[in-house]
Amino acid sequence: MFCLGLIVNPIAGMGGRVGLKGTDGLAEKARQLGAIPMASIRAGRAVKGLSELRGDLLILSAPGEMGETVAKETGLSVKVLDMAPGDPTTAADTRRAAEMLKREGVDLILFAGGDGTARDICEAVGESVPAMGIPAGVKIHSPVFSRTPEAAGELILSIIRSRVEGKGPLFNLQEVLDIDEAAYREGYCNTALYGYLKVPAARQMQGRKAGSQISESGAQNQIALDFIDRMVENRYYFVGAGSTTRPIMENLNISHTLLGVDVILNRSLVKRDASEQEILQITQGMPYTIIITPIGGQGYLFGRGNQQISPELIQKAGKENIWIGATLQKIGTLKGEPFLVDTGDPETDRLMTGYVRVTINYHQEMIYPVA
Amino acid sequence: MKAIQRNSKVRTGFHQAKWDEPIIFELTQKGERGIQVAGTEPGIRDRVGDGIDSIPEQLRRKIPPALPEISQPRVLRHYMRLSQQTLGADVNIEIGQGTCTVKYSPKINEMLARLPQITELHPLQPEETVQGIMEIFYKTDCFLREISGLDRFSFQPGGGSQGILTIASVFRRYFEVKGEAEQRNEIITTIYSHPSDAAAPAVKDFKIIYIGPDSDGYPDFEAFKAAVNERTAGFIVANPEDTGVYNPKIKDFTDLIHASGGLCGYDQANANGLLGVTRAKEAGFDMCFFNLHKTFSTPHGCGGPACGATGAIKRLEPFLPGPHINAIEGNDGKQRFAFDRTFDDRSIGKVRSWYGVAPVVLKAYAWIMSLGAEGLYETAKVAVLNNNYLFRKLMEIPCVDAPYIRGKQRVEQARYTLEKLTKETGITSGDIQRRIMDFGLHYWTSHHPYHVPEPFTLEPTETPSKEDLDEYIATLKHIFEEAYNNPDIIKTAPHRSSSHQVDSSWSDDPERWAITWRCYLKKTRQV
Repeated sequence: MFCLGLIVNPIAGMGGRVGLKGTDGLAEKARQLGAIPMASIRAGRAVKGLSELRGDLLILSAPGEMGETVAKETGLSVKVLDMAPGDPTTAADTRRAAEMLKREGVDLILFAGGDGTARDICEAVGESVPAMGIPAGVKIHSPVFSRTPEAAGELILSIIRSRVEGKGPLFNLQEVLDIDEAAYREGYCNTALYGYLKVPAARQMQGRKAGSQISESGAQNQIALDFIDRMVENRYYFVGAGSTTRPIMENLNISHTLLGVDVILNRSLVKRDASEQEILQITQGMPYTIIITPIGGQGYLFGRGNQQISPELIQKAGKENIWIGATLQKIGTLKGEPFLVDTGDPETDRLMTGYVRVTINYHQEMIYPVA
Repeated sequence: MKAIQRNSKVRTGFHQAKWDEPIIFELTQKGERGIQVAGTEPGIRDRVGDGIDSIPEQLRRKIPPALPEISQPRVLRHYMRLSQQTLGADVNIEIGQGTCTVKYSPKINEMLARLPQITELHPLQPEETVQGIMEIFYKTDCFLREISGLDRFSFQPGGGSQGILTIASVFRRYFEVKGEAEQRNEIITTIYSHPSDAAAPAVKDFKIIYIGPDSDGYPDFEAFKAAVNERTAGFIVANPEDTGVYNPKIKDFTDLIHASGGLCGYDQANANGLLGVTRAKEAGFDMCFFNLHKTFSTPHGCGGPACGATGAIKRLEPFLPGPHINAIEGNDGKQRFAFDRTFDDRSIGKVRSWYGVAPVVLKAYAWIMSLGAEGLYETAKVAVLNNNYLFRKLMEIPCVDAPYIRGKQRVEQARYTLEKLTKETGITSGDIQRRIMDFGLHYWTSHHPYHVPEPFTLEPTETPSKEDLDEYIATLKHIFEEAYNNPDIIKTAPHRSSSHQVDSSWSDDPERWAITWRCYLKKTRQV
């Protein structure tokens, strides 16, 4: 019996239709502006195709509008979580529901929402439970959502089928990205990485433009091996966050932070999640290289999520000692737009402008512009 | 049953054979035979043995090979059925193979290649007995020299990728001889060149540096300048690229490479629109290859016998795989043809056995001879005209777009995008690819990863008539309308094709993918 966790963020997507660029903290305003809750409808489209699994599938759902209503329409066996969400529901409700589903040992959490909802799920369960989003929010930047609501249903069917065949489904860690909505409404676009979800590896997933997600994770691994082969003795390497840089640590068998900067010397960990001050102390008189990846869909090299790498550190390193890794799929998400740098120091930003060499695979680089 | 539908260009009544034919290994019946091979007669056996005993003991199989055991009629039926399940160049309007489209190969040329005078030749025959085919090799070489401006061609490479591998090997060897091999280890290419332009040099241990398009859609010259340095061994590029975009400033690129001491290789797989128009030499290339199986009409058989004829300038001639064929004056004062077997240790050696696929060279020769110089130029013009017509007609459809060089002309192919269709209907370019088979046509998306979202690539060549192009366009329009009105029929397609929906997740999973029957049995634990 496959146990599917279901969470619907009923207010997701309401802000978009009425021009609010997101619904975080603005559900009431959106409702006043005439927004219709779409998330339940979209979740319904996703689970509609699952009714044929009667007897093989149990849905464990958050109560009421947070999933129960939609789940019960399928005619499948439904168990409802014992919790009382607020009205309107809040991010805390999403997180609590996800935690409860994890405790119940569900096989996969299916959630309907946007990047904000993905963040909440990620905060609650991290990489411990497979999860997948039904695209229903205003912002869908994270590659953790299915292409369409129906595709989510198809994917669950195929996961259950592959289980029957004795083949476990494949999962990839994908970035949970979100923008700062308040800043976005002011005209600034700040994307940050909030963590990773373990999502099914399949073409039905949206996000990265092409190829399979598996071939992308293969390329990420090749990038890591390229970097590792280029590492020299007695030199510090500062490894920034991102799913592209993670395999470096994995290949070196080093435990690492999710979102911080780790420091390596002679292929061993020197400092985990180092702060700006710690990094500056470590580098006193020692040669070093900075290893980073741009933020997908956006292209920030510095200034978003890696502020520990200070302008001073970048200046001292020099352009040739900044190694940038990104798969072609990730570069594709930028649609030809240049990489961006926003360190807060115009001189450092200027240093990075022009063209940089990006490692896109083992022994393969791309010359890419930086604005 | 309905009569033939004559009021529509779209073949809504198409229905392909579907035999549910097992693969040949599954048809095996123990003891069943196609031919009973008679044993050696006693008189012969006594004098010279049974044939098998001439094979050294240690080379003989202990267990017979696990070949299928099948009777002749069953074998015949098997392959006839499979042939009915293909959508080959002789039955469909062959423009949807994307950048791999082949043009019509005249049947008379196929007949020439099947003459016993060709099929019974052996590469070890004495030169004086094979003067005819040697002349054909030599003259085809001369034609390609004229078409490209380069100085010598080798027919050894068995396809385009091997042609690029030959170019990369020559580059590698050239710098070895110069003593710069360690320093010059980077090859520059563009992201819209064929993936082999990167993959083949990577096999030769070069580091690959990619250039993307600039804001106008041409290869970014500023990025190129940032890429070229003392480590640059060369530049290997397709022009036009698979987007159909021709880089008019290509000479600036090759000049910059030469100024920094590198070499330039031209992937001419997209040369259909260039015959008699531009040449590799004037664009500054040191080497190039042509796909005889594409630009010169000899068909390619699914990676099968083909020819990536590879040429070089005088300075690089000694590096080419040999032997070459020269025209010399015989003792009787008449022209004859001889292999140049002088050993030059700068040569990269062989990239394939013998001299290249002789029937393919013969077919290309016959095709060129039948057209002449003016005819070749005419085919280029018609290929471009066909592409322009197709491009204009498709761009009139609201859900079709093509990024880059807006308002300017592509050469002989184009990469389109269905991003709008996908956003509005959820139907992807991959879905269209499956559906179009229900109308007896092919369609190709793009190499991976997709740089153009929801891409499709069409290359019409000079072969299709206006009616053919109109049928293709009408079929695409019909399917786009379905996407808006009845998307389910596309999602569940194909319905009337031999093919079925393929679960491609297998090809992404090292635990499950299988490229041979034996590998499949192993991975599914049947052996």
